[in-house]
Amino acid sequence: MIEARGLTKTYGAKTAVYNLSFQVRPGSVTGFLGPNGAGKSTTIRMVLGLDAPTSGTVTIAGRPYRQLPNAPRQVGALLDAKAVHGGRSARHHLLCLAQLSGIPKSRVDEVLALVGLQEVAGKRSKGFSLGMGQRLGIAAALLGDPQVLLFDEPVNGLDPEGIHWVRNLMKRLAAEGRTVFVSSHLMSEMALTADHLIVIGRGQLLADMSVKEFIARNSTAYAKVRTPDDAEQREKLTAALAEAGAGVQPEPDGALRVTGLELPRISDVAHGTGVRLWELSPHQASLEEAYMQLTQGAVDYRSAQPPGWGYGQPGQPQPYAPQQPYAPQQFAPPGSFGPPPAAAQPQPAPPAPAADPTAARETEDR
Amino acid sequence: MTTPYQATPYQAYASPIPVQSTGLGHALRSEWTKIRTVRSTMWTLGVMLVLVIGIGLLVASLVSSHTPTGTPVLAFGFFGVLLGSLPVITLGVLVISSEYSTGMIRTTLTACPSRSRVLAAKAIVFALIAFVLSTLACLIVAGADAGMITGSGIPSPSGSQWLRATVGAGLYVALLGLLALAVGAMLRHSAGAITAMLGVVLLPLLLALFMATQSLATVRTKLIEYSVPNAIATLYGIPMLSTGPQGWTPLWILAGVTAVALAGALFVINKRDV
Repeated sequence: MIEARGLTKTYGAKTAVYNLSFQVRPGSVTGFLGPNGAGKSTTIRMVLGLDAPTSGTVTIAGRPYRQLPNAPRQVGALLDAKAVHGGRSARHHLLCLAQLSGIPKSRVDEVLALVGLQEVAGKRSKGFSLGMGQRLGIAAALLGDPQVLLFDEPVNGLDPEGIHWVRNLMKRLAAEGRTVFVSSHLMSEMALTADHLIVIGRGQLLADMSVKEFIARNSTAYAKVRTPDDAEQREKLTAALAEAGAGVQPEPDGALRVTGLELPRISDVAHGTGVRLWELSPHQASLEEAYMQLTQGAVDYRSAQPPGWGYGQPGQPQPYAPQQPYAPQQFAPPGSFGPPPAAAQPQPAPPAPAADPTAARETEDR
Repeated sequence: MTTPYQATPYQAYASPIPVQSTGLGHALRSEWTKIRTVRSTMWTLGVMLVLVIGIGLLVASLVSSHTPTGTPVLAFGFFGVLLGSLPVITLGVLVISSEYSTGMIRTTLTACPSRSRVLAAKAIVFALIAFVLSTLACLIVAGADAGMITGSGIPSPSGSQWLRATVGAGLYVALLGLLALAVGAMLRHSAGAITAMLGVVLLPLLLALFMATQSLATVRTKLIEYSVPNAIATLYGIPMLSTGPQGWTPLWILAGVTAVALAGALFVINKRDV
């Protein structure tokens, strides 16, 4: 069990982690999610006693890490970057770590086999690929056969087969009754691996709930409704929809996000109010979207899009400009303005989106 | 672990591998594995041996054909030791700073949260290796000097001369390396720490050479007296000035400085984030 209470870390004027409290329980995989720079690695370093918190405490089995007797036998960790001396062979790297905590030498070959590095065990880790480096890090984490495991971005640089392997490994470790704490910035990955989620943004806790609950709460269906660019009409429709029992939220591009009403009802209400609709489309928020929405205000490093730089995709969502004739570029192929298909009715969210290919692609992109 | 786990509401995992309590012995074994499994150790120590022994033997063979003028016989080992101390300094820095540059330090300190233990183990393992090898090299050179430079009117070296030229020089080189390790731990940067150490070893004497002004005479004298090359020369019985530390004193001075630096390293390594 990992327990953080009021964990805060500041570097000069920058607050990396602020008042973070959570518990990570044994027997399940707990995902630790947040955009880049959200404070995940800082938190993990504080859990491991590498960084001292500015205030607050974090304990493992009731004690701060640095006070644990023979810590590597109780806690294993994979750190974010390749924290390995590249000039040393994989076997020697693991051997010096084993000797440090009195782990028998035979265990080194055991974990090498477990992560599939036997054949390159004698090679210097400098020549390892990102994926092999991750496997070596995982081997080091498993060396002490610990009760608590922390993995910082374990699937970074792994191929699809490797990702699959890590996923199963973590599930198996948790099933053995261990505490497994995995950080990631990929919601899709966590949706497949984790049982519980702790989401942080800008160093603050955004969500701490089971994956099931997160899905139920966040991946709701909604309708996107666009009125002519006229604040009066939009307000009129908003009021009418709210009266009809819908949840209405303005979208950044001027459209309305309507929940709780079926599309024909929305159309009827608009007709009854005398407001014309320029768009009425069904949407399904994926987990990824829910996560993006949750962390939207908390993203530190946002990519800017220079004007006229559309990555060759003219259909990129752009702020709606009233001067230009409305073209439903990204919503539907031209000419398909018929009644919404039956499947478009708001309905319970399907479980996780197909994340396998996504995860693999994102990994390759890096 | 075969003992049942404490009463917990869940089925906790218990490892079948027996858990030992760990101490400095484990850290020493680990550091020994670390230092012998990287190439920089072989390179720096190899270069040290080549410099000390190679230059020592070369000088001995050159001198043996002439009659040395009143210089103690073993003193001709000085040149090799002065140069040979530089790779030892490099290794001393690398022992700790390479962990910082590669990120290995985070793995090490996760595996052993007692930072003092890690630093102590590194210092002990490195200092022992440096001391044994440099003493051995000095012994070979001293033996060659004593054997090759003979003749009428040349006194054979005394016991204390032997001791200072072998164990003394070896200790001095090992201490320089240890000082470098402490500086490396404080600066956490290989190039920075090596440069700083080269400055410490070479600059005082270089500066003194150009202090021709009368008003700087005292500074100049002190710089020469306490410079590292002069300290090594003093161990070999050929100090540049007749004033200043004599005999074994330079060694004790360096030991004091190294102890202070190690205390500083211990303080910062415990205090800083990794």
